[in-house]
Amino acid sequence: MIPELGHFSLILAFCLSIILAIVPMVGALRGNHDWMRLARSLAAGQFIFVLASFLLLAYSFLHDDFSVMVVANHSNSLLPDAYKFSAIWGGHEGSLLLWVLILAFWTVMVAVYSRELPLDMVAQVLSVMGMVSVGLLSFLLLTSSPFERILPFAPLEGADLNPLLQDPGMVIHPPMLYFGYVGFSVTFAFAIAALSSGRLDAAWARWSRPWANVAWVFLTLGIALGSWWAYYELGWGGWWFWDPVENASFMPWLAGTALIHSLAVTEKRGVFKSWTVLLAIFAFSLSLLGTFLVRSGVLTSVHSFAADPSRGLFILAFLVVVIGGSLLLYALRAPTVASKSSFTILSREMLLLINNVVLLVAMLTILFGTLFPLIMDGLELGKYSVGPPYFNAVFVPLMAILIVFMGVGPSTHWKQTRASYLRAQLLMAAVGSVIVGLVFPFVYGDGFSLPVALSVCFAAWLVFSCLANIREKTRNAKSLVAGLRRLNRSYYGMVVGHIGMALAVLGVCLTSQYSEEVDLRMAAGESTELAGYRYQFEGTRQVKGPNYNGTEGIIRVFQDDKQIAELLPQKRRYHAKRGQVMTEASIDASLWRDLYVAMGEELATDAWAIRIHYKPFVRWMWLGAIFMAIGGVLGALDKRYRVKQKASRSQVIEGAVS
Amino acid sequence: MARLKLFIPFALFIIIGGFFYIMMDRINEGEYHPQALPSALVNKSFPAFKLPKLEQLEDTVTAADMLGDIALVNVWATWCPSCHEEHQYLNQLAQQGVRIFGINYKDDVFKAQGWLKQRGNPYLFNVVDKQGKLGLDMGVTGAPETYVIDHRGFVRLRFQGPLNERVWQDKFVPLLEQLRSEKQQEGTS
Repeated sequence: MIPELGHFSLILAFCLSIILAIVPMVGALRGNHDWMRLARSLAAGQFIFVLASFLLLAYSFLHDDFSVMVVANHSNSLLPDAYKFSAIWGGHEGSLLLWVLILAFWTVMVAVYSRELPLDMVAQVLSVMGMVSVGLLSFLLLTSSPFERILPFAPLEGADLNPLLQDPGMVIHPPMLYFGYVGFSVTFAFAIAALSSGRLDAAWARWSRPWANVAWVFLTLGIALGSWWAYYELGWGGWWFWDPVENASFMPWLAGTALIHSLAVTEKRGVFKSWTVLLAIFAFSLSLLGTFLVRSGVLTSVHSFAADPSRGLFILAFLVVVIGGSLLLYALRAPTVASKSSFTILSREMLLLINNVVLLVAMLTILFGTLFPLIMDGLELGKYSVGPPYFNAVFVPLMAILIVFMGVGPSTHWKQTRASYLRAQLLMAAVGSVIVGLVFPFVYGDGFSLPVALSVCFAAWLVFSCLANIREKTRNAKSLVAGLRRLNRSYYGMVVGHIGMALAVLGVCLTSQYSEEVDLRMAAGESTELAGYRYQFEGTRQVKGPNYNGTEGIIRVFQDDKQIAELLPQKRRYHAKRGQVMTEASIDASLWRDLYVAMGEELATDAWAIRIHYKPFVRWMWLGAIFMAIGGVLGALDKRYRVKQKASRSQVIEGAVS
Repeated sequence: MARLKLFIPFALFIIIGGFFYIMMDRINEGEYHPQALPSALVNKSFPAFKLPKLEQLEDTVTAADMLGDIALVNVWATWCPSCHEEHQYLNQLAQQGVRIFGINYKDDVFKAQGWLKQRGNPYLFNVVDKQGKLGLDMGVTGAPETYVIDHRGFVRLRFQGPLNERVWQDKFVPLLEQLRSEKQQEGTS
């Protein structure tokens, strides 16, 4: 009964989304205020019914109702409750429902936090989100209902959640990522509404900005969580694989990063409007591509869901309508007249444009690399696989270019900046960063290393140029503190975000350069040295978890004959039918280095294959992501988004009159 | 003119979308398998092996027992759902006189014997590849897979997925005809 209620609730949500997609839009076109006013309540209604449906599915999972197919396929009565809950998004159907739930949530958020907006704009934005929702809900209901039953012979026990996913990181990673993906539907809806009503102005950019920031923050955290999970769960210390699904999450991030910068220019200077609108469409299109490419069965990946041809066609049709439709609208309605505002080569506009181009080129090279094997295969030119060497070779130089300009950007002025001014501002930072870069490999490492020197130099450049800019900004204040107080939140957001980038660059580069690892056979009582630490293997003991049995190795780590850590890597065998064996790495984490131990096979009695990693600076990568996220939040919290903007009001009225 | 430029993203998307459509169509038609890896074996000779025979576990069979004439080699297991699906069709083929050898891949021997008793045995004989070593040599990635070997012992086709009438008519019949004519030519020359 419960699953049927869930199904029914989903159908009701579907009906509401159809009304939401049509009525307020028609109302906005005809100027019918009653119809437009329906949008907010419809958005709320849709959210309530999707939420009810999701909670009812959660009920089936938590109560082990194995007559429901997705529960039988992805859960097990022995699973801890938290994982029973996260098993909802362990499969295609449930994760799609989560996607729709988050879309409904964002829709309702727009409905609530849009008091400042003119009614016809709200109506159109909510309507566009309703259209996306119609597509997804019909996909869910027609091809992948999560409430399908196995009756009358329901299995007595579920097949269990893939043990890889039985992990706290996996409980929050998909929702985070989806919040990011779907968050771009808001800026997308704003862009479409602005295009269709022809009101592509600074007010539109201001309304979009906080939403773009928040979506970007979620996506940043989601990607970082995924990488962190891969690092500790997959057992071999890798944190990024350039796998199609990772690329699929990275591409909207790059487009989104370009978008939040481009929105700044459009808001402040009123230029790059077409470009910004295109980026808003790209960011959401790539999010859709990211969610659905893996479900279509065309691309293969370790993350793939079971593919089903009918789903593939539906997805393709959906993408064609949403992406193709919006790009067509863009082609027909985007303004072709260049804005009156003029700027020179050395101006903030120009630097932000360069930033955008670099980010977009990076995005396109990743898109190309991801689709290349498929294209070659389709043209029957052979089987290829495009791996890390390609991506690193194209991506690293692009990031280097980006960082050079990232350092200059904040110090430039709008419209025009004198070269002599920039030189005075940044010369110290440039010299300082080169010195730090040159010295670092000698101080930290054994000798000079060009990759290390370059990456440290680039990271230092970002930090120093930010500091130089802060000094300049606070120069006229009575004291440093008074000056710092005067700076607004979005400025701080920029600084924190850019420093986050510096941390991430350091983390990625130094880990790649200075990591050490060793694979060896260790018998109880033996010990080995790696990077100045001595690892002593004490033996193993049996452990029992809620749904697995395992063997736990005991490894004591000594530095200068003092024990600094006890690492307990595990090898688990899960009870469920599939009986998967999993390796749980054990990590002693700190800001400067991770000590990482994973257990392989038992080679003889009490002798095991052991893999030990020494990973310096690896935490900085995720720390950088956290900084970027904080920067994004600060930007979204800037006062000017909450203070009533008289200027925008009057513009809107003008727009409505004309 | 400026307006035309704005159509570029749309045009690119339509090209990519069209491409996806074609690929998906080919997947549905069974012409393209995204997971398919090129078998190292195609146009090479069948790997040597010496393994027990499923029908008579104390007997061993080798590659030489299988080669010498055009035949199919079918990789199957009782744990594989698609193998259930294709089994009836294999029985039909065997009745039509197609020579089929089986490789029982990573399976429980007794279950496999029971399966053949229950559902009929289309195979001339079955090789027990419990550890999957032969499968590894052949480049098997999953069951079912079907290989066509010619009379000289070369592998000429690797097909992944269950056999059915459509696949058989599309992929196997033309190839088998070609192989037969190759064999005749060699016999006469």
